[in-house]
Amino acid sequence: MTLLNRLLKSREALLSVAGTALLGLIALRAPGFVTPGNLASVFTDTAILIILAIGQTAVILTRSIDLSVAANLALTGMAGAMLNAAHPEIPVPLLVLASAAMGMALGAVNGLLVWKVGLPSIVVTLGTLTIFRGSAFVLSGGEWVNTFQMSPAYLALPRATLLGLPMLAWLAVAVIGLAALGFARSPVGRALYAVGGNPVAAVYAGIDAGRTVFRAFCVSGLLAGLCGYLWVSRFAVAYVDIAAGFELDVIAACVIGGVSISGGVGSVAGAVLGALFLGVIKNALPVVGVSPFWQMSISGAIIIAAVLLNTRAERRKGRIILRHRATAGQEAGA
Amino acid sequence: MTMLTPNVPFSTGQDRAGQNRGGQDRAELGRAPSPTPPIRRIPDRTDAPLTALLKSWEALLLLLAAAIFTANSFASPYFLDVWNLSDATFNFTEKAIVALALAFVILAGEIDISVAGIIALSSTLMGATAAAGQPMPVVVGVGLLTGLACGAVNGLLVTGLELPSIVATIGTMSLFRGLAYGILGDGAYTRYPEGFAYFGQGYVWEWLSFEVTVFLGLALLAGFLLHRTSLGRAVRAIGHNPTAAAFSGLKVRRIKFWLFAATGLAAGVASVMLTSRLGSTRPSIATGWELEIVTMVVLGGVAITGGVGTIPGVVLAALVMGLLTFGLGLLNVSGIIMSIVVGVMLIAVIALPVLARKLSNRMRRSTP
Amino acid sequence: MTMSTPVPPARLPDDSAQDAPLLEMRGITKLFPGVRALSDVNLTLRAGRVTALIGENGAGKSTLVKTMTGIYRPDGGDIRIDGAPVVFTAPAMAESAGITAIHQETVLFDELSVAENIFAGHAPTTRFGLIDRKAMMARAGALLRTLDAPFGPHTRLKDLSIGQRHLVAVARALSVEARVIIMDEPTAALSQKEADELFAIVARLKAQGRAILFISHKFEEVFRIADDYAVFRDGRSVGAGSLADTDQAEIVRLMVGRPVEQTFPKLAVTPGELVLEVEDYAHPTEFDGVSFHLRRGEILGLYGLVGAGRSEFCQSLFGITRPSRGRLRIKGRDTVIRSPGDAIRAGLVYVPEERGRHGAVLAMPIVDNMTLATLAEVSRHGVISRAREFALARCYAERLDLRAASLSQPVGTLSGGNQQKIVISKWLATRPDIIILDEPSKGIDIGSKAAVHGFISELAAQGLAVIMISSELPEILGMSDRVLVMREGRPIHLYDRAGLTAETLVRAATGNTDTHPELAA
Repeated sequence: MTLLNRLLKSREALLSVAGTALLGLIALRAPGFVTPGNLASVFTDTAILIILAIGQTAVILTRSIDLSVAANLALTGMAGAMLNAAHPEIPVPLLVLASAAMGMALGAVNGLLVWKVGLPSIVVTLGTLTIFRGSAFVLSGGEWVNTFQMSPAYLALPRATLLGLPMLAWLAVAVIGLAALGFARSPVGRALYAVGGNPVAAVYAGIDAGRTVFRAFCVSGLLAGLCGYLWVSRFAVAYVDIAAGFELDVIAACVIGGVSISGGVGSVAGAVLGALFLGVIKNALPVVGVSPFWQMSISGAIIIAAVLLNTRAERRKGRIILRHRATAGQEAGA
Repeated sequence: MTMLTPNVPFSTGQDRAGQNRGGQDRAELGRAPSPTPPIRRIPDRTDAPLTALLKSWEALLLLLAAAIFTANSFASPYFLDVWNLSDATFNFTEKAIVALALAFVILAGEIDISVAGIIALSSTLMGATAAAGQPMPVVVGVGLLTGLACGAVNGLLVTGLELPSIVATIGTMSLFRGLAYGILGDGAYTRYPEGFAYFGQGYVWEWLSFEVTVFLGLALLAGFLLHRTSLGRAVRAIGHNPTAAAFSGLKVRRIKFWLFAATGLAAGVASVMLTSRLGSTRPSIATGWELEIVTMVVLGGVAITGGVGTIPGVVLAALVMGLLTFGLGLLNVSGIIMSIVVGVMLIAVIALPVLARKLSNRMRRSTP
Repeated sequence: MTMSTPVPPARLPDDSAQDAPLLEMRGITKLFPGVRALSDVNLTLRAGRVTALIGENGAGKSTLVKTMTGIYRPDGGDIRIDGAPVVFTAPAMAESAGITAIHQETVLFDELSVAENIFAGHAPTTRFGLIDRKAMMARAGALLRTLDAPFGPHTRLKDLSIGQRHLVAVARALSVEARVIIMDEPTAALSQKEADELFAIVARLKAQGRAILFISHKFEEVFRIADDYAVFRDGRSVGAGSLADTDQAEIVRLMVGRPVEQTFPKLAVTPGELVLEVEDYAHPTEFDGVSFHLRRGEILGLYGLVGAGRSEFCQSLFGITRPSRGRLRIKGRDTVIRSPGDAIRAGLVYVPEERGRHGAVLAMPIVDNMTLATLAEVSRHGVISRAREFALARCYAERLDLRAASLSQPVGTLSGGNQQKIVISKWLATRPDIIILDEPSKGIDIGSKAAVHGFISELAAQGLAVIMISSELPEILGMSDRVLVMREGRPIHLYDRAGLTAETLVRAATGNTDTHPELAA
């Protein structure tokens, strides 16, 4: 296979080309959008979506789905904010760790139900979605945690800049780096692909499929917990309905990034590009003079187009039994 | 081992012309005097129908509904009032109408996440039509046709372009609701023609609301279609094994297409009712309903993997969810608490039978 | 699990008494709810020998393999390696003890590279716990070289042929330093050439002192490469020993528990009117230039190697795929078939090879399956009559001597033979003129096979035109009036029953033919 062929077949390469073309189009209308500074701010703005999409990718790779990520984010975000409001003396890094740990525990609940009870992940996470968000309400009594109730340090962390980029962006970069390494190079990461690609063969290869699915849900939960903190501190407010419906954006980012809903196919790079694609559109619409109210329908159309392209690419050809017609002719004539 | 008795031939194409084409001829064949060896009788069923019914999922749901009903009547003296009960139906009939149609889609092994998006778009277009001064029948027609058209789009994406329905309808969910936002922005339509209010607020007879009447009618229709007709059988077969269904000559794609279209139409019906009941439209209308409706279907015992499920189950699940919401409302408990209860119920009712089976297996093993 | 049970003194065949067994399974019992899948079975594998495990479908072979590889835990009995008892609670433990299985069709991971497939679950890692790609590629490359594989470790698995995937599976077995290699029907989907290559590898593995358990239905293969045999029947061991001391008839007798002379209940039928004329049927990638005529009462055998395009051709006749070229006449009328529905209306039906995937809806009751292709006939204005359905189902069930507790039982709970009866009934209920049977006796125990053959004969005698795809020579020779041989998607020759021998068919199917270069009419 030639290099060009391989590139054309690579979903990530195609997506990069499409993204560049999109940026080019935007630049025609609004050259200011495609400056490094603005692109960096788009990246920062999309950081949370990127992190969640990576967690979701782990889950989807194993043929499962996690609809509860946004509710997990809301619950952990609320819990973290309330803890900070009640005990401002607890150091912020500890709180961030606690949020992540709590998110992971929630993810583990999903994972256990799928692994040990054998329920379909879509049903489990549909249930925990309402339970987690309901719990955020119970926890807060429906009250908001406002800016002034949280400690300045709690709110400042994602905004602190390092080398011109805010910590939020650096965190996303760190998650991308760790995930890329983990998915491609760690035995657990490769197990995600094996279990999603062929669960039966995975068992025969000595890979514990159930445990792998469980781990994927833990990763998704952990990242959702981390994002709970990031979301609340970025927007400086916590209430029950934060990130409502965001789970579908996260799945959309994965789908656009070429993560196959039937499992075993996808990459960290794809998920990141998918999230960035959505982020660019969201940020560019006002710049090019389209009402932001059209954003939702445009991303809907892009999801459909992306899944259409990916399904075409994945479609299998039937087995080819016939040899070349030329040799057939010779045989018949002989 | 001889399996055929030469004097009772199988029907083949040769004798097709001369025979009446019903099943009657075969029934007689079955009763034909049997030569040796004696034919083994195979019973139709091993469980008596009543026993099967008692062991069913529906019985469990009925029990649950009765329990909630009783608890409600103890919780509030006003609950048993007939008008109060009638009011109680409004909070689930619209969702339940969509759930009836969605049950068929899920039974056929697909899913439609876009139903709430369809409701929003349909409602918005109705608002725009009304704002343009069109009369009531046109407004309603636009609402229903929008639903049907959106459903057809889903159907085409899934059957024509062969996209996985979960991602295709996540896409159209954004698309449909996004179009509503695009048209309406953060505004609202609040003026509707005369007579439009009847669909969400009218009563057919005394305390019997129009919404409940339509729901009951559609439930009977859906139950009849699923449990009595060849279409229902085909849907089930497709859900269990689409390949074998196609090999059996069933028109798998066409059937799936119409199931999606019907679900869109049902969302259109729900949209007419909801818009009429609220008397206004915003693009955010019916937000989050898709998950509630899916929950209703799954709670009703329809397997998310397809093939298994009943309409009475879905109706009972709607009733359980409706009674629960209303009862908690009587107790002044927030709706979001109710969502926790529904979430727990969704997982528990599916997990408990699995866990019980595992436990009994383990106990059987430990006592050899 | 009892591990301390006293082991009875080994009763080894005389000629190998000096060889200590590498792996010994004694008194293995495995229970499933309501079923005793294995009861007190024994199996002994020796280093440097190939042991054939023989038995009908459902005899317990797969269960035994799963017990050996740690997928199932036995309910009784013990497993010894080099005489020391072992207990496997997970597949990984069996693998680290040196036992590995190469499964049917060698299912691995399409999206991963060859090296990752070889090392899935046990990749070499660096000291940070990450996969050491360099080491993995190097080791995979070395393993592939020892097997003379024509591809490298970086290749994606999805780009390989089925035969090449087998090499990957073997490399995987070598990578875990497997001492016991289980091959479960490895040649089922291979061409003759690929199978020969596999046998060469088996010989090499044997020479390296590994013990090989070879599971196959093909006696020819078994006698060609195995040294010892073990026969299972109904979850019990019924015989074991050296193949040199036995013959095929004896093994068949052990398998079925009684001597069977394979007879085919073929009835003499005078062919009737012409019902099917196929002219120059072709498909872009699967088959080309298929033509033949078929009369009522005739059985046309379609012979060829697995993957010769026979099923693909027949599925195209049935409307599953569209032909790119060709004409079809049914009962003298030009017919275009675009879907299975069209085919059923035209009187042509196809009983697929894969019952579970294409034939039956396993989760649905017997009665619902039987009427699935004739829903219009058991219903009026779309409303199904349960009474008519049960009457129709009972008629066929009793005629075919179906063994079931009730007609409302899910098809998946029945044996393969009974499932086949239901699938065939479903199609007969449409009252076809032409029935295509794709490997009708595959996965059916020998007793039911005879019943299915008798039944096919009866159908032909009643005026049905039958096309029977089969890869079993005795079946083809015993049942067919004429045999069309296909190779690589093309018809090679159409033979008459008279004087036809197995050798002729095999030569035509494998392409080793130096006669009959002409194509069928």
